[in-house]
Order: sequence, then structure tokens, then C-alpha cells
Amino acid sequence: MNRPAISDVIDRSEHGGLISRITSQQTFWVLLAAVVACISLSLMTDTFATERNLFNVTRNFAFVGIIALGMTAVIASGGIDLSVGSTLVLSAMTVGVVMAAGWPFWIGAFAALSVSLLVGAINGVLIAYAKMPPFVVTLGMLSIARSLAMVLSDNKMIYEFGPDHDVLLWLGGGSTLGLPHPLIILLILAAITAFAFRWLRWGQHLFAIGGNEQAAVLTGIPVNLVKVSVYMFCALMAGITGVLEVGWLGGVTTNLGQAMELSVIAAAVIGGANLAGGVGTAFGAVIGALLIEVIRNSLILLGISTFWQGTFVGSFIIVAVAFDRFRQSRSAP
Amino acid sequence: MSALELKNVSKHFGAIQALNGVSLSIEPGEVVGLMGDNGAGKSTMVKVIAGNFAPSSGEIFINGSKAHFHKPLDAQKAGIEAVYQDLAICNNLSAASNVFLGREPVRRFGPVKVVDYGAMRRRASELFARLKSETRPRDLVRKMSGGQRQAVAIARSLLTDARIILMDEPTAAISVRQVAEVLNLIRQLSEHGIAVVLISHRMPDVFEVADKVAVLRRGKLVASKDASQSSPEEVTGLITGAIESA
Repeated sequence: MNRPAISDVIDRSEHGGLISRITSQQTFWVLLAAVVACISLSLMTDTFATERNLFNVTRNFAFVGIIALGMTAVIASGGIDLSVGSTLVLSAMTVGVVMAAGWPFWIGAFAALSVSLLVGAINGVLIAYAKMPPFVVTLGMLSIARSLAMVLSDNKMIYEFGPDHDVLLWLGGGSTLGLPHPLIILLILAAITAFAFRWLRWGQHLFAIGGNEQAAVLTGIPVNLVKVSVYMFCALMAGITGVLEVGWLGGVTTNLGQAMELSVIAAAVIGGANLAGGVGTAFGAVIGALLIEVIRNSLILLGISTFWQGTFVGSFIIVAVAFDRFRQSRSAP
Repeated sequence: MSALELKNVSKHFGAIQALNGVSLSIEPGEVVGLMGDNGAGKSTMVKVIAGNFAPSSGEIFINGSKAHFHKPLDAQKAGIEAVYQDLAICNNLSAASNVFLGREPVRRFGPVKVVDYGAMRRRASELFARLKSETRPRDLVRKMSGGQRQAVAIARSLLTDARIILMDEPTAAISVRQVAEVLNLIRQLSEHGIAVVLISHRMPDVFEVADKVAVLRRGKLVASKDASQSSPEEVTGLITGAIESA
């Protein structure tokens, strides 16, 4: 028998053509679903494809999308962060309070992002070094961070932001070249996240931890440091979103971002992040957020009660995980 | 000169004598099959060699010089690598990424250090070719056979120029064809002058590749002889105690 030389076998790529590679990605099918939803909504309603509505959709989905980038990192490392909605409101309230006290925008934003990073660091240290389950730690933080936002603001609405009032509103609510600013920031952050996942050792290591934490420890990866950094990254994304969302709304109350963790987790999971860890992409998180927002928007436009939204988002998470289970049981050797 | 020599090594945990005066020498390129019943001290012996435990008494020599291991990293620096089949592989990463896990080469672009996937793949290809294993560096480990996964784990230890490789039950729970692959890997290591300590319950596998068999019973080394001078029957007798020593 004429066996091929071993070097040929080793160098041969198993990957098929471009098409089979694309269609094997969950992200592709989710993107397809989002596109189909958009087209059918444009045909079924005369309100979807209006400039005003599309502007709203893109901006709304940007908020979920930015945090979903951070959530994807956390989920890919094998964890979960339930405190993102509360981190968001704490960041928003911090920037609001600092600016209302007369400080310039950049000091307010710096304070807000620092507070967010601190929240992430506390989450990360408790999870990595004290070996506490992420679910419990971040559930506690969900309560703590929102409560601190109430303490900070005395539970009052803030809508006057001192000398840099207009800068804040421009950043969150304005647009450049027809693109809402939150969307532009989402695209920049998604590109940075995708780069970090693929090309930095940090990305390799966080995926290794999600894949097999014990292996990561044995090969000398600084597992605890990477975990802390991942929770800080997620909290930073929530913090950035908090600052942007204040600017968009023009005011901040302590119920901002309530139950947002659910949409964010749904976006990440629909985008292909595996709750068992080790899998997830930045592009997927953005597409997942897009699909959720389009469906949410369509419920409103089709005149379906907003009370149904929770049912849809919750079902999405369950269906996405069930889909993954099904796929795994089929491909298991 | 022996690659590894144990002189009168003992290890006790409180009142429990896990290893009792074990002396054994392993030459470069030699494959030693280490056998014994559960609790006979195989794991303890491997952990002493790999630096997880310091021996209670006795000495360890690497290439003739006395070694003091306080942690696994000390043993790794001395060229000793332990291969754990399932513990140290990430299924969600490629073979090349797994080989370089924790020591990825990087290229610097200004302040940013970028993982050098090209260098990783080239080096991994070389290692797999050296092991004569049909393992493709780009493929995900998830899709690989037991033999290929073993090749990935061994390639990682070759990266650090290991002189002694400890393999704990590498042929447990894999198919017959894959066992043949793993035994081939062991032969390749031996041909490159690397000493292999193979711990296994599977007598036929040990006799297929081992130059020397060593048998532990209740912490004592009851036999250490050429595999060609021994037989599976004799080893079974030594393990159970039907034969006192050989």
C-alpha cells in the first residue's frame, strides 16, 4: 500500500471549503434569523423600516451588545456574571452624581469606570482566590451594587449634569455620519474584544480555563489573575454602557438596567457562548444582541403586549442551551 | 550514566509507609514498566520523582548528580515531565495551542504582544513528525483519538527537552488501535534517548514496549529486571505475592 508521507498528513488541513465552514457556525444561523426577521418585519409593518425606528433599534441593541462582549468573556472562561445590570446603574449614578456636583465630564466618566472596575475586581477576587461559586458571588453583588447606587443618589432622579451636561448627552444620544454613538462604540469594542480573544495570550488563556481549568493550572497559566481580569473586563463593559445610557436617557434613576443581566446572558448564549465554558465569540455576542432587540422591537410593532418580552428572552436562553445539548449528544463519540 | 537513579528512597505519611527503601536506576532511552496492585506505591513513587512529594529518606540522582525537588517545577527544570492523559488537555483548543499552553510564543507589535500561531504550528508539526503521529496542529483536540491526544500531551513535554517522561496509565480506557498508537509514541521517545516510566495495569502493553519491568508490592520494590528475562505470569505472581521476589 502506498501510504502518504507523514509530513503531508500532518500539514493537510481538515477544514472543508469556505461555505461548509461558515454554515457550521451557530453565529451564521443567528445572523440569518435576524436578517429574515428584519425583512419580514419590513414587509409586515410600515413602521419597522422607518429611520426613526431603526435608529432606536441600533442604539438599544448597542447597550446589550457592549455588555454581552464582557459576558462572553466571562462565560467562555467558565463563569457567569449576574451583577452587570447593577454595575451599570452604579456606574451611571456615579457619573451623574459627580457631574451634577460640578465636575467635568472626564472626571465623572473616570470615576464611573473606576467604580465599575472595582466591582469587577471584588467579584473576581472572591471567585478566583476564595474559590466561591460565580453564581453566588455575582448574585450578592447584584444586590449590593444597586443598593449602593440608591445610597449614592438618595434614590432621586438626576437630570442636571453640571457644566458638561451637553457633552454627556451628545456622547450617549448623538450620532456621527448617521450612526448613533453607542453603536460606533459597540463596533470598536467588538473589534478590540475579537482581537484580544484571538491574538492575545490573555484570550488563549481564558478559553483554556473555560475548557479545562485543571489543565490550565497544571501548565502554569496564572489562572486566578486571568479570572480576576475577566470579571473586571465584564464590569468595565457594563460601566461604559452605564455612562452611555445616562447620556441617551438624559437622566438616571435607580431602576436603570434592572433585569438586564438576562438579556445580556441571552445575547451571549444565542451568539454561541457555551455556558459550560470554553466557547464564545465577540461577533456572536453582537449578533445575539441584535436578534434579541429585533424580536423585542417586533413584539412592540406587532402590537403584542410588552408583558410577553420576559417570556421570549427567557425562552431564548433555554432554547439556545437545549440546542447545544442536542448538538453535543449527537457529536459525542 | 543513569538518566535517573533512586537510592534507598522511602516515603511515609505519618504511620503509613508508602515507599520502603526503593532503589532503581533507569538508563537514557530505557522504557521501564512500573507495575503493582492498587495502593502498592506506584503513584507515590511517580510523585516523588515528579517533585510533588519530597522523599522521607533516600536520594535521587539525575545524570549522576544529586537532585533536590521541592516542587514539580524543580523536577521539570531537571528534565522530568509527567504526562497526565486527561488532566492537562483543553478540548476546545487546537493541538498546537495545547502543546504551547502557558508558554505561547509572541511577536511584538509596538506595545502589543501577539500570539505567533505560525511558529506554534510549525514547531508542533515538527514534534508530531518526530513522534510519527498523524496529528494535525490546527485541529481541535475534541475531535481527536486517544492516541493523538496522548501525542499532544507528549509533544508538550518534548517542548521543554524532557529527558525522562512519566506516563500514568496512558493506555487505560482507549481502543486497541489507539493503544498501538500510544505504544508507538513510547518507542519513538525511547529512540530519541528519552527514558520513559510507564505505569500500567495492562500486562500485554507493558511487555510490548518495556525494556525493564519493575514491580512494587506494599511499598517495596520486589523486582526490577529485564523484560526479556521475565513473563506476565511471573509479574502477576510478584504483584499478588505468590512469588516473594525476583
